[in-house]
Amino acid sequence: MWRDVVLVAGKDLRIEWRSRVTFSQVVPFAGLVLVLFGFALDANRPVLERATSGLFWITIMFVTTLAVQRSTSIETTDGARRALLLAGVEPVAVFAGKAAAVAVQLLAVELVLVGGIVVLYGAEIDSFLLVVATCLVATVGIAAAGTLLGALVAGVRARETVLPILLLPVLAPVLIGATRAFDDALGSVAVDGWAWIGMLAGFGLINLVLGALSYGVLLEET
Amino acid sequence: MSIIALDGVVALLGRFPALAGVDLDVGAGEIVLLQGPNGAGKSTLLRVCAGLQRIESGRALVLEHDVVSDRAAVRRSVGLLGHDTALYDDLSVEENLRFWARASRVDVDAVDGALDRLGVADRLRDVPVRHLSAGQRRRTALAAVVVRRPRLWLLDEPHAGLDQQGRDLIDGLVRQAATAGATVLLASHELDRTMGLASRHVTVAGGTITEDRTI
Repeated sequence: MWRDVVLVAGKDLRIEWRSRVTFSQVVPFAGLVLVLFGFALDANRPVLERATSGLFWITIMFVTTLAVQRSTSIETTDGARRALLLAGVEPVAVFAGKAAAVAVQLLAVELVLVGGIVVLYGAEIDSFLLVVATCLVATVGIAAAGTLLGALVAGVRARETVLPILLLPVLAPVLIGATRAFDDALGSVAVDGWAWIGMLAGFGLINLVLGALSYGVLLEET
Repeated sequence: MSIIALDGVVALLGRFPALAGVDLDVGAGEIVLLQGPNGAGKSTLLRVCAGLQRIESGRALVLEHDVVSDRAAVRRSVGLLGHDTALYDDLSVEENLRFWARASRVDVDAVDGALDRLGVADRLRDVPVRHLSAGQRRRTALAAVVVRRPRLWLLDEPHAGLDQQGRDLIDGLVRQAATAGATVLLASHELDRTMGLASRHVTVAGGTITEDRTI
């Protein structure tokens, strides 16, 4: 199975590298959102500083919808989903491979955005370890939930609009947990960030299990 | 031994009965032409044989595997060229074929030979698929089928979008496959060309087989 996970993830990342969608479109979009939030709140600097964590993760939620749309369309545009079934690739391997590729792209965007909040919002990082842990753990859950819902809407005609409507509410616990953990890492609010990491890990685990169990059905039916 | 054994197969597309009780028995080495008007059920029949279409009733055995209870084995044994080419636009011709060879667990070294057989020029092999013409795309997709060395070839309008040379090449491939013992089921509207190729003509209309003629 792991061989197929690597095969699918490698294929998606190679496609991403060739098309440069993440670097030429998604990263500039994310940067733009961060800048616009800055314009909106810059007049009230203390509010901007306190809201930095939330703005960071809201931006990641927007980026996630783009990354998942892209990941889904790779398989649906020319019937590759059906060919994956014919090839005999385990659906759980397709799910894990595609989620891994989305996660790698999101982590790359998060790396750029962490620099963005430091430069644009003047954020100071108290705990790099907590920042890294939050990004890693939250991204697993985000990528798993996104990949699962991407498959769910793959056969829907208006999936570009349906996906955010389904995905953003599902990701609300990540937004809350990752924001609290980041608040601690940035020292903006006195909370126990590591406790929120535990919640994020639980969210990720649930979505990984759900994806592993249901992706095959979605692949067959959509 | 029957390669395809369909008995009263009913399949729905939404609520519409695309196949309404199809019986068909196809042996090894046969080249069967499925003909019939648009919407007759030819493509659905091919998908049933590939284990990709749910059947509502009846029984379908492909290479002695039940398409419902043992569909993974069915899928591994067939090669399907559908209306879609299942190629990734941003990967090159060779990268696409290598990916599908690895995914299908077949010898990656067979890729070069398959591209040669399909007449895909060396200069095109590193070209992203998005830059190919429709005919070149079709040839590449068929090369992906050839790499799998299937025992049952399921070809849906295989000549579509191809020039004369490409059409002749596909006819040659189909004949070679049948001579080597593979079975070919092909759906086509190009009757002038495929009549001479097939050893059996099956007419599908309204989701049922209305005529079955061995040449």
